[in-house]
Amino acid sequence: MAQEFITTRREEAQGFLERMVSRGLGWARKYSLFTYPFATACCGMEFMSISGARYDIARFGAEFPRFSPRQADMLMVIGTINLKQAPILKRVYEQMAEPKWVVAFGVCASSGGFYDNYAVLQGIDKIIPVDVYIPGCPPRPEQVLDGLILLQEKIQAQSHKLIDRHPPAPETVRPAGRDLLIGGTK
Amino acid sequence: MSEFALQRVAERFPDAVVQGYAYRGDETLVIQREHLVEVARFCKDDPELDLKLPLSVTCVDFIDEKPRFELVYTLYSITKKHHLRLKVRVGEDDPTVPSTISVWRGMDWWERYCWDMYGIRFSDRGPMKRLWMYEEFEGHPLRKDFPLRGRQPLIPEADIQDIYRGPGPGPGSPPASRSNPPRPSQLPIVK
Repeated sequence: MAQEFITTRREEAQGFLERMVSRGLGWARKYSLFTYPFATACCGMEFMSISGARYDIARFGAEFPRFSPRQADMLMVIGTINLKQAPILKRVYEQMAEPKWVVAFGVCASSGGFYDNYAVLQGIDKIIPVDVYIPGCPPRPEQVLDGLILLQEKIQAQSHKLIDRHPPAPETVRPAGRDLLIGGTK
Repeated sequence: MSEFALQRVAERFPDAVVQGYAYRGDETLVIQREHLVEVARFCKDDPELDLKLPLSVTCVDFIDEKPRFELVYTLYSITKKHHLRLKVRVGEDDPTVPSTISVWRGMDWWERYCWDMYGIRFSDRGPMKRLWMYEEFEGHPLRKDFPLRGRQPLIPEADIQDIYRGPGPGPGSPPASRSNPPRPSQLPIVK
């Protein structure tokens, strides 16, 4: 026999409040993305293009590129990440404060692209979690804006709890360590 | 000008030269590796040759031949405007070549390049350090038998020595590892 849930007025009210807070937080966050452009290669030109007046990423709220990871909440990995660069990218990601989102800009960041060789990391998702992948070599500015809108939808749909009744067990908390990189992709 | 440099070196070092040939003005000398440093010093100091500028050092991997590797030194004279190419063959079992840093100081990065990409060791110099890849990298990627789609293990971030000198033993490392070996540019120049 299926368990029937009876919501009390208190839980109902809390659920209502949580939905409202989630919507408000999502709305606020999606229109105030501060970008950290981790630009290593030619896709950086395309980032300049969408930052410029013609495509103007500022229309979508991602106005300011912040060159300190502490002030940014959207990490745009723009270009080829080679294996020597990978620990630095990981460090930059760890320095960003929560909440944070990652966009893989172009095929090199997404999958290594045509640099299928000994020196290049085959996609940044080998070391950090990625929210949106933007394909293209380099991607058109419209594709980047499309990816940004996708990310905004994702941010809007995130839910927040007023009280976290079940804090995560200590062993499930991700260690803020550099040892995550060891033995990753052999 | 053709074959002038060949004859001049061959007269001076008849034992060192294995082979010498000129093709359309490109003069090439194959020499034994034991005599590399003295031949190089003669090429640099001789007023008629005056090959003061080493343009490049690279390596060729003839995987089916013995000896397997061939180092190619391309030299240029700024005053006389001529080239000379020195070649040294080394085998796979002992890929060691005497270092020419004492002749041309700028050889350091070229030798590090040959070590990084081909696994050629150079003797009589400071410790070999890779030029492009990181120290944990496995193998030498421009060798013909390097796996085409081999993947390397990911590494942790290196300690930062300080913000000016970049990676190196950090403040947390034991003091013994912090004393740096002398860089080749600090080694005495032998005249």
